Amino acid sequence: MQGLLPDHVATLAIDFSYLLVAFLFIMGLKAMSSPVTARRGIVVAGFGMLLGTLMSFLYPGMGNFPLMLAAIAIGGGLAWWSGRIVAMTDMPQMIALYNGMGGGAAAAIAAVELLRMASTDPAAAAAAEHGPVVTALAAAGAFIGAVSFSGSLIAFGKLQGLIKRSFRFKGQQIVNLLITAATIALGVSIVISGHPTMQTVVLFFALALLLGVTMTLPIGGADMPVVISLYNAFTGLAVAFEGFVLENTAMIIAGIVVGSAGTLLTQLMAKAMNRSLGNVLFSGFGEGAAVAAEGVSGALKPIEASDAGVMMAFAQKVIVIPGYGMAVAQAQHKVWELCQLLIDKGVMVRFAIHPVAGRMPGHMNVLLAEAGVPYDLISDLDEINAEFDTADVALVIGANDVVNPVARTDKSSPIYGMPILNADKAKNVLVIKRGQGAGFSGIENHLFYLDNTRMVYGDAQKVAAELIHAVKAAG
Amino acid sequence: MEGVIALYIVMLAAFTGYEIIARVPVILHTPLMSGSNFVHGIVLVGAMVALGRADTTLEQVIGFIGVVLGAGNAVGGYVVTERMLQMFKASGQKKKKESA
Repeated sequence: MQGLLPDHVATLAIDFSYLLVAFLFIMGLKAMSSPVTARRGIVVAGFGMLLGTLMSFLYPGMGNFPLMLAAIAIGGGLAWWSGRIVAMTDMPQMIALYNGMGGGAAAAIAAVELLRMASTDPAAAAAAEHGPVVTALAAAGAFIGAVSFSGSLIAFGKLQGLIKRSFRFKGQQIVNLLITAATIALGVSIVISGHPTMQTVVLFFALALLLGVTMTLPIGGADMPVVISLYNAFTGLAVAFEGFVLENTAMIIAGIVVGSAGTLLTQLMAKAMNRSLGNVLFSGFGEGAAVAAEGVSGALKPIEASDAGVMMAFAQKVIVIPGYGMAVAQAQHKVWELCQLLIDKGVMVRFAIHPVAGRMPGHMNVLLAEAGVPYDLISDLDEINAEFDTADVALVIGANDVVNPVARTDKSSPIYGMPILNADKAKNVLVIKRGQGAGFSGIENHLFYLDNTRMVYGDAQKVAAELIHAVKAAG
Repeated sequence: MEGVIALYIVMLAAFTGYEIIARVPVILHTPLMSGSNFVHGIVLVGAMVALGRADTTLEQVIGFIGVVLGAGNAVGGYVVTERMLQMFKASGQKKKKESA
């Protein structure tokens, strides 16, 4: 097969363009680390991707171009369409989905290489001869990529609500460990033989895919962001490994940068949730749900929205604590309208964001930004926690576990030690909540039973509208 | 590729990735994760090579799947990241932005 340019020209052009691609990716990611330049960052990285893709058509010795264009059109088209229509609240699972696709692509690259080694046609097998190091990298990338692929799909299914419950059974970790060991053993045998059988390669992939499923199924929804972030780092590594196999520097650099950045991001998220990575992966969260109702004293005290509105209208300082429940009810626009009213009345309004408000760190900021809340009114946990002492009202909207004082006091609680927003220190606490159920973790929230807490039941959007009326009426 | 040179590339790229993330404010964690997710969409390039050099039908099928998935990663990652980041308004331009 003849390439579009003379081989040496094409190779040189590709090498230099990949250098530029790596530069654009790093500049883009760097720009994304500040809100002022973030938008520019993704555009810069986008140019890098476009350049890399176009130049790759020039690779010497390639064919199958109609198939290639069709595949790009199908994959790109579907992703474009789904990415445009997805609601901001569903962002985490879409990131998981796209990430899984990347892992799957890396595994597919490895599959082509490994299957060629297993080919019964001696010429083809000889052409695919690699040194043991390259074969090992191909197999490692295949393993990680396949786990990331199936694991991310399960994460997507869980957050999308397609998979409702966590599957756990006794000895699950041992089963996972056995699958891991078997997969690695098969991988090692492929590397050592250098000419594996077809069955070995197929079984290797099947086990790796299975591991992604069994690893992710028992993990509860609350821990999902950490897992998605981890798989993001996994995919980066898999891409880098396959980059070595194909001697593709753009893949190596981009993959390693993402692998290292993703690992750090995963640690930051796990830390924000006060969970170690090992804990997330190997012990099911929310296992204490059955013993949830322990030792709550007092009663839930409801209040009418009209009274709650008056309370806020005459407050000096209101701290709003939005949670995922607010986003689900699409109430962020109404809540911001309410806050603008209060600000016009001279009330000092702040938003307090827990690191895991929303479904992953920073998700709530995206949702508030969507509603038009400027980011100088938004504070994170460390900045705002000291201010609850001076707040007249803490307005909790659809948040639960992140304001549960049990995390400070009860050592037996599964969320003990998790940093929380000290809403209980405010003079009054208003909780907007749809019903009386427990939070994502299934733990009873002691904040709701405090003497200074009042519950406003109802859909967050409707309640926010009622509060707006009440504040207006309070003159 | 020269093995040692490759190790240099890995080391420098790893430090680069770490340094980029280390200074990111929490408010940008989700878009940044999405952005880094987009960056490893460069896997598309490798999948294109795998498909381009595929000879047997089986290789073509797997390569085709790889390119579909890689293109999905790259395009989807770009679209959602761009959508999230365009909503972040600087303090100066904050007022009267209503998207509902």
